[in-house]
Order: sequence, then structure tokens, then C-alpha cells
Amino acid sequence: MSREVYIIDGARTPFLKARGVPGKFSAAELAIKAAQPLLLRQPFSATQFDEVILGCVMPAANEANIARVVSLRLDCGDAVPAWTVQRNCGSGMQALDTAAQRIASGASDLILAGGVEAMSRAPLLFSDPMVHWFSRLNLAKTPMQKIAVLSKFRPAFFKPVISLLVGLTDPVVGLSMGKTAEILAQRFNISRESMDEFAVRSHLRLAQAQQSNSLSEVEVIYDQNGRAYEHDDGVRPDSSVAALSKLNAVFDRPHGKVTAGNSAQVSDGAACLILASAEACEKYKLHPQGKIVDCCWQGLSPSQMGLGPAYAIAELLKRQALNLKDIDQWEINEAFAAQVQACLAALQDEEFCQQELAWSSSVGVIDEARLNVDGGGVSLGHPVGASGARIVLHLLKTLQANKRKTGIASLCIGGGQGGAMLVENCDV
Amino acid sequence: MSETKFEGLLQLPNLILEQDGDNLVWLRFDQQDSSTNVLSKAMFSDLNAALDKLEEIKPAGLVITSNKKSGFIAGANIEEFTQVENSEQIIALIERGQSTFNRIESLPFPSIALIHGFCLGGGYELALACDYRLVNADEGARLGLPEVLLGIHPGFGGSARLIRLLGVLQAMPLMLAGRTLDAYSAKRIGMIDELLPARNLTQAIATYLKKKKAKRSKKLLFSFLELPFMRSLIAKRICKETAKKIRKEHYPAPYALIDLWQKNGGSFTDMMVGEGPSIAALFEHPTAQNLVKVFFMQQQLKKLGTNKKELGKKELRPTHVHVIGAGVMGGDIAAWCALRGMTVTLQDREAKFIEPALKRAAALFEKRVKDKVKRQAILDHLIPDIQGSGVERADVVIEAIVENLEAKVALFKALEPRLKPGAILASNTSSIPLESMASMLREPGRLLGIHFFNPVAKMQLVEVITCEQTEPQWFDKGLEFVTSINRLPLPVKSSPGFLVNRVLLPYLIEAVELLDEGVAAERIDAAMLEFGMPMGPVTLADTVGLDICFSVANILSASFELSVPELLRKKVEQGDLGLKTGKGFYVYKKGKAVKSKNISSFGPGKDEITERLLLRLLNECVACLREGIVENAEQLNAGMIFGTGFAPFRAGPMSYIQDQGVAEILNKFTRYQEEVGDRFIPDAGWQALLEAQKSEKNRS
Repeated sequence: MSREVYIIDGARTPFLKARGVPGKFSAAELAIKAAQPLLLRQPFSATQFDEVILGCVMPAANEANIARVVSLRLDCGDAVPAWTVQRNCGSGMQALDTAAQRIASGASDLILAGGVEAMSRAPLLFSDPMVHWFSRLNLAKTPMQKIAVLSKFRPAFFKPVISLLVGLTDPVVGLSMGKTAEILAQRFNISRESMDEFAVRSHLRLAQAQQSNSLSEVEVIYDQNGRAYEHDDGVRPDSSVAALSKLNAVFDRPHGKVTAGNSAQVSDGAACLILASAEACEKYKLHPQGKIVDCCWQGLSPSQMGLGPAYAIAELLKRQALNLKDIDQWEINEAFAAQVQACLAALQDEEFCQQELAWSSSVGVIDEARLNVDGGGVSLGHPVGASGARIVLHLLKTLQANKRKTGIASLCIGGGQGGAMLVENCDV
Repeated sequence: MSETKFEGLLQLPNLILEQDGDNLVWLRFDQQDSSTNVLSKAMFSDLNAALDKLEEIKPAGLVITSNKKSGFIAGANIEEFTQVENSEQIIALIERGQSTFNRIESLPFPSIALIHGFCLGGGYELALACDYRLVNADEGARLGLPEVLLGIHPGFGGSARLIRLLGVLQAMPLMLAGRTLDAYSAKRIGMIDELLPARNLTQAIATYLKKKKAKRSKKLLFSFLELPFMRSLIAKRICKETAKKIRKEHYPAPYALIDLWQKNGGSFTDMMVGEGPSIAALFEHPTAQNLVKVFFMQQQLKKLGTNKKELGKKELRPTHVHVIGAGVMGGDIAAWCALRGMTVTLQDREAKFIEPALKRAAALFEKRVKDKVKRQAILDHLIPDIQGSGVERADVVIEAIVENLEAKVALFKALEPRLKPGAILASNTSSIPLESMASMLREPGRLLGIHFFNPVAKMQLVEVITCEQTEPQWFDKGLEFVTSINRLPLPVKSSPGFLVNRVLLPYLIEAVELLDEGVAAERIDAAMLEFGMPMGPVTLADTVGLDICFSVANILSASFELSVPELLRKKVEQGDLGLKTGKGFYVYKKGKAVKSKNISSFGPGKDEITERLLLRLLNECVACLREGIVENAEQLNAGMIFGTGFAPFRAGPMSYIQDQGVAEILNKFTRYQEEVGDRFIPDAGWQALLEAQKSEKNRS
């Protein structure tokens, strides 16, 4: 049994740049604040969801199965099951894919799905020596034993482990995500200048979108002091290649090309969508805005993880018997400028396409005028668990705005994977 | 599941006594024909019968609890106290209570009070007589000795026992302010022994009963504090603190309690014996009588919103409130409703208008809800809603936008077709006649005025306003809603200013007239504070905002004979709007009025100031009553007490008129009409009052 899967509506929080201190919102709060306005405008009540599925990579210690926490706090009620999915940077898209499959199979009719991340709240951890010292102290029974353990303490134990950095380092190949981008820049010969140009364009496009109010899916959120956050706050409308060129490489120091300016920002944010079957649309008189047609996941070497979209897009096109020119709009998540540019280069490289993707020729050229038209991770941030849901939602919004039918949203995934989702606008 | 088997020992009208397999006796209060337990004559007689039985059979232990959902025991039967004729009878009532509770305390086996819900006054005094107090955390509780609020103090040994338990420094402030605490706070300071989930109760009872009788020896520190010189030192200090809040001539009970302790605090028995005569003396003071009246007024208003059985059904109760306009009133109404457990959507045009409301709400929740999980739930349910999506979902839609007829009508017209069937539609207007808005709607009978007072979290009164067109079903729903958010609904007919603002305005204007004559603001305020108002009229005007006073004055002057003083106009034109601009009739620094040290004594004397202000207020009250703005004098009294804080110990303006004598007050009108002017012409309604009082005198 395979049924159509409709996107009914969606909303997201502004993406808030991490500024060196824990952000004002917990991950659960972000998801709740994205979903509340979305739910308020529906003709059905939150208790009528069949399930809630959220993607999240690093929920806080008090947010185990964060989807359930969010579901209960949204008043979906005790009876609505909720679960959390994790495919690293692909978690938000994974939640949509899983929800879509649950609907297609007939298991569910109405699902709240999305992704969330509060990266600014990633904890500092005690170092291994510190943890061992604590346990020994705990086990020491006599006062003499305790004194002996106490005397072993070294100030260096205090050096914390920054879990965010650990999370952004591949544990199998031992490379940070930034280094994998450096590898791609080298392989596809992407210059520092072109990366910076790409980054500037991302900022200018987002600034333009904010000015023309074309980010209608962004909802105002308020912190506990009542302060409102209305826009993605990482945008730099005054960004320029000259300014970006002054930044130092942060991953391959000091000679590399990937800088903080041409990488995605570390941010907090959430995006939620409502997915429904045709039956649910009829039952609640819902107007479907879009359709999730297919979703494809591919694996590749972790050291080249940024190329994931090239693999996933090629596979998706093949499976759906589509050509690049059949796709009207594109969203490829900007983890790194170099990484998106590498994907574009790879898809038009005949040798790469033949050897790596098993295509007879090159896949083709993606028109950059139709790619990330309102900015991307470099300008608005990449809260890892949320981005996959954000790009699908925004893809649908751009299809609607341009009165186009078909689009693909794709992202690279730490650990060496790529995901791509094919979306159709129902209003065309 | 194993179930404890009980064997009945006694079945009395107001309680059940039964024994379980472990030789424990359970005494369950269950007052007949009532949803709450109160300590009435009948209750005491049943309790004593039960104690006879207990003393005879000597079980291993006693558990005292209640079968009522509402709680343990809500207090003494206040009506019985109002029916006594002399102080001997009062002392007899008190001795009956004390001796009964002493019997509980001296039972030869341990006793446990197993508490849930209301455990107040005599109810908590009974619990204090038990060896241990356990609270069922699943249901929560409210505990304390609030007798002072009725003009008396604890009398069933409560003052002696609470001081023995907590020490004077902890116990006295609680009793002096009549503060009641939730179970969590009560546990923290030791008013109860344990707060535990229902599933642990059986085990906990077994554990406590093994402990045998509680040791009732005092902590050494407490005994030290009760040495004569310490007592007089502490009493003096507490008196000083109390005097900062209330005056002895207005509220003698707290002072009597301090006095009682200063004289007898050295001995538990003396303290107990002293309670009776002290309370008897308090009952002779009009304050106690009046505060009891106020208590009944409050009960009456509550009843207005709860006696409609079919509306009382839980599933029909409102759960979602949509507030439009996030200004001071709208924002605070939204916060209050959220605090009372509603889902609230708060709409305004832009985020920046909602921000201050959420900030105030967060501060309110922080103060009122200590439990973090509960506070989070409340915050989750106060949802900013710029798009106004909440309208379709709301059970109550309250408008609190700018006071402009066209804007309001346009809003209501847009709202009406979007409302859920059965949803209440209400305006929080303070000045626009309801009928002028209602008549523009498709269903004019639906619109209500639900008028809150500032600050919403403090002012208990809410005027529920109806006009000719209003359909009774919507009126009933409005009363029910106001009661459900723990406010007191006062039915008021639509007329400019409704009740509270209309009555207050001439009073405020008279204050401005006095200022204009050159009387110092400090003297005006002092006169009314001495009368018993919670705030002087000049400070009140500054706090409300002179622009708001001015606009209400203009609206009222169009309908009533009322001249708006030039001074008020000038202040508003100069932009000196009061507290909010830092300058009004006073100058404010950091939110506090700067009062001058050498106050000019220019102008009329204190009594004259008081009389002029008061006569204007009373005159408007009488006019409102004559016009039927409120149904009767009791409701008018309640409105003024709970809506403006009108000296509660005087039981409201109409009671004050009765106490002073109608004829005497009319004489004063004559005098001021001659000396000051025609604004002191008594309303036509005084004549009826005069005749009523005369005929009452003749009858008696």
C-alpha cells in the first residue's frame, strides 16, 4: 500500500546564532514555539495527530526522546505516541521521510514532524581524567584513602571537553567537518575567493528575503523575559568578499581556505511541518500545500561527507526518471560554501558521474539562480537537527512564490551520507 | 489489589468512625448536606461523641481525615459566631472548641491529621492538636490561620500551638497577616510533618504511629524568646512592623494577638486561656462584625458564578481564552487567566506590543508559582498570537484594545463570524456603553462587558456588564467564567463608568479641587488613609494615570453633572500623567513619590477634607443604587471593597452610611453645598434611604 503524502502547513523559529553563551531557548522550547502558531491555525486539535516525529542530534539531558517532551507540552495528549529520529545533520529530513513513509504505508494519517537543535546549549563535559578521579574519590572509604585520592588531583583535570566540537569531528576518520570541506575544495579546485563569493551571495539573498518578507514560515518567538526574536539573526547584509578575505582558516590552520565566514553558522532553531494523507485532508477539510514524492539516502566516504547531496540527488533523479532540467527549484543545505560548490562541480563532472554515480554522462548543471534563492546555512545558520526540515519547508515556499511545481531539497550528513527529498507544489 | 477492611464503630451525621485490621481508628469528617466540613455546633457534638468512644476502646492510633473532595476542614462555622448575644456566649463557644481539641491532644495513643485541600482556621487548629500532620501531595492543600481577616485571631488553642510548633518569630507573622500557605511552603517551615503522594500514605501512617505520641517540648531557642524581657522586646518590634501596614483603630485583632502573647506567652496554658476573653473583646469592636459581613459578601459573589448547575459541568467550562490587545489590562488579564490554568492566546498587532506583557507575566508566574514544572506548563499555555489564530479555538474572547468605539465595533464585527458556538464575546471597556457596541452585532445579546481592574492579579473584583439586549444565558456564562478564574463577578448594568469608575471619579475630582485650592497632596492622602482607604486619592489618580482620569472624567461629564477641573486638564496638556511619566501631582523617583518634609497646613482641616472627599463618593453610590446600576446595597458594598479597597472594616459605603445615619450625612451635604458649592447637592436617592432608616427606627 502506498498513499500520497501531503504537506499541509509548516512553520519555523528564527534561527538564532550561538554567541558563546547558552541560548535563551532549550531545544524543546524551540520546537514548541515553532509548532504552537502552526497548530493554532489548524481546524483540528493537537490531540488528533496520530504521532509526533522529531529529528534532533543533541537533546539536553532532560530532553530524552525530545519529541515526546514536545508533544506533551503542546497538549497532543497522553495517547499520541512521539519519537525522535537521529541521522546526524539529516535528522530533520529523516523525521519528514519517516513520517511520509508512515502515512504512505497507511500506518498513520496525520503527523507533526520536524527537526530541532539548540547547538548553543551543547554541554561542556568533564574530561576523562576528571571523571575517573571523581569515581575513585567516590569509592574511597577511609579518610586516608580519600586523602590519597584528593592528592592526585591536577588542575588540568578542569579542562572541559566541548561536546559540540567532539560532535563535529568524525570519530571514524578522525577529521573535523571543516577538514572534510577542505578536502573537497582541494579535489574540485575551489578557490578561497569563490567560497567567499558564495558566502556573500548567501547573506545578500537572505537580507533581500528578509526585506521583502518572503520568509513567511518564520514565526516570532519570545524568551522568558518577553523579548521577541523575529528574524534569523546571523545575517550580515553588509557582507563583502573583501571583509571575508581577512578571516583566517579555522580548520586547516593556517594554510587552509575554509573560514568561519564561508561555513555554516552554529545556531539554534526548529522547524515543524504537518503531513497528512488524503483521508485526513478530507476529514479535517485541510488544503494541501505540497506533496512529498520521494526521499533518497546514500552513503559515501566520511572524509568526503560534503558530497553527499551529489550522490543522493543523482539517485533520486534516476529513481524518479527525471532530469536536472525537470527540477524548478533547489535547496542544498550550506554546511560549507566549498561543500555545496563541490556538489555542483561533481554533478557536471563527467568522469565523477560515470565512476562514482554510475551515470552514462554528467548529471548536469544546477542553475545557481534557482538554488538557495533566499540564503542558506552560511547566512542563516545550520542547527543540525532542524536544517533538513527547514530546507524542505522553504523549498515548498519558493515553489509557491515562483508558481513552480517540482523541487529538490538535499543535504550532506556528517559521517558520510547524503539525503535528497523530492517535493511538489500542489497549487500548480 | 488488596483493600483494607474497615469495621464501622460509629456513624454520626457529620462523621464516621471506623476501625481497620491493624487496630487503627479512622475518623472521617463528612458534614451532612454540605460540600465542605466546617466546625459547627453539631460537628463538635459528633466529634466529642467520637472521642468518648475512642477513650473507651483505646485503639493503637487515630487517623483524622475528611471524606469531602474540597478538603479537610475549611474553618469554624462563622455564622454561629454572628448569632451570639454576649461575650459569655463567645467564651463558651471558644471553650468548647479548646476543650475538644485538648481531648484530641491528650489521647493516650498517637493521632495523625491526614490533610488534603482546605485546612484553615479551626481546621488547622484541630490538625495542630494531633501528633502528626501529613498532607496528600496528589491533591495539594491550603493551610493556615486566617482568622485575622475576620477581625479576630485563632481561638481554639491555635495561637498557642502554632507558636509552640514554629516559634514566635515564624508563627506570629503568619497569624498577623492571616496568611495561608500551599502544602509545599507549609512543609518547608514545618507547619506539616510530611507532604507525600497518596501511594505512600498507608506506609507513612504505620511509620508515624510506631513513633508513639509526638514530643511537644519546645526548642530551647523558642523558650528563650518567651522570657519576659524577650517577649516585650519582640512584641514591641512586631507591633512596629504591623503598624507599618495597618492601624490599630481600624484593625485591632493583630494588636490583640501580640498583646495576648506578650502577657501570656510564657505559659502554654495561660496563652490558651487568654484566647477567649481576647476574642470576646474583639467581637465587640465593629471591625469584626464588618469583616464577617465582607466575608459573606465575598461568598455571595462567588455563588453568583457557581449556582448554575448545568454550566458547572467540567466539560462546558472554558479552557481557552483569547485576549486582543496586549496593553497593561489585556496583557495582565491574559497572564492571570494563564495562571489560573487556561490556555491563553494573546493578540496584538506587532511583537513589540506583546513583549512587555510577557515580561510582566513571567514575573507574576515566578512570584506565584514556585514549582518549576508547573510554571513551565503555565508559560507554555500563554501563547503570543499576532495572527489572531486563537479566535476560532477560544471559549472566551476578550477585547482590551484602545478605548475607541469605531475600532471596537470594527473588531467585534470581524470577530463575530469566527467565534466557536457557545464562545463568550466580551469587552474590557471601562467607558464605552455596551449597547453602542452590541447593537452593531448580528447577535447583540451575546456581547458582555467583563471589566477587570488594575492590577488584575491583586483586584478581586470583575464587573460583568449587561445592557438591555444582553441574553441571560451569556450573562450566566460570563459570571461562571469570572468565578472560574478565581475573581469575584459583580453584575452591573451598562451605564457610563459602570459602577466602580463612576463612583471613584467624583472622589478623585474632589481631590483635584482640593489641590487646586492649595491643599497639600500629602494632607489629602493622609486624611483618606486615616479613614481606611488602601491608597490616598492623589496617589491613586497618579497611579491610574491622569490622562486616563481625564478621559473618564470627560466621558462621565457628558452624562452626569460633573465639571472637570482645569488643573487636571493642565496636567494632561503638560504631559505630567502621573507615575508612568515620573510626574503627576507628585514627582516620582524610581517609582516612588517624593513627599515633602514640611507640609503646608494651608486649607480646610483634616475632617473637612475627609468629609468632602467622602460625600462625593457616597453621593455617587446612592445615585448608582437609585439608578439600579447594581442590584442592591450589598453588591454595591462588595463592589467598592473588592474593586477599590474601600475600607473593608467599614463593610462598604452603604454600611458606612447606615452607621453614620442618613440624616446626619444629609446635614453635612447642606453645609458643604452652602460653603463649597452645588456639587454637594445630595442625589434624589438619599430621600429613600432616609425614609427606610426612619421606618426601621420606628419598628425597633
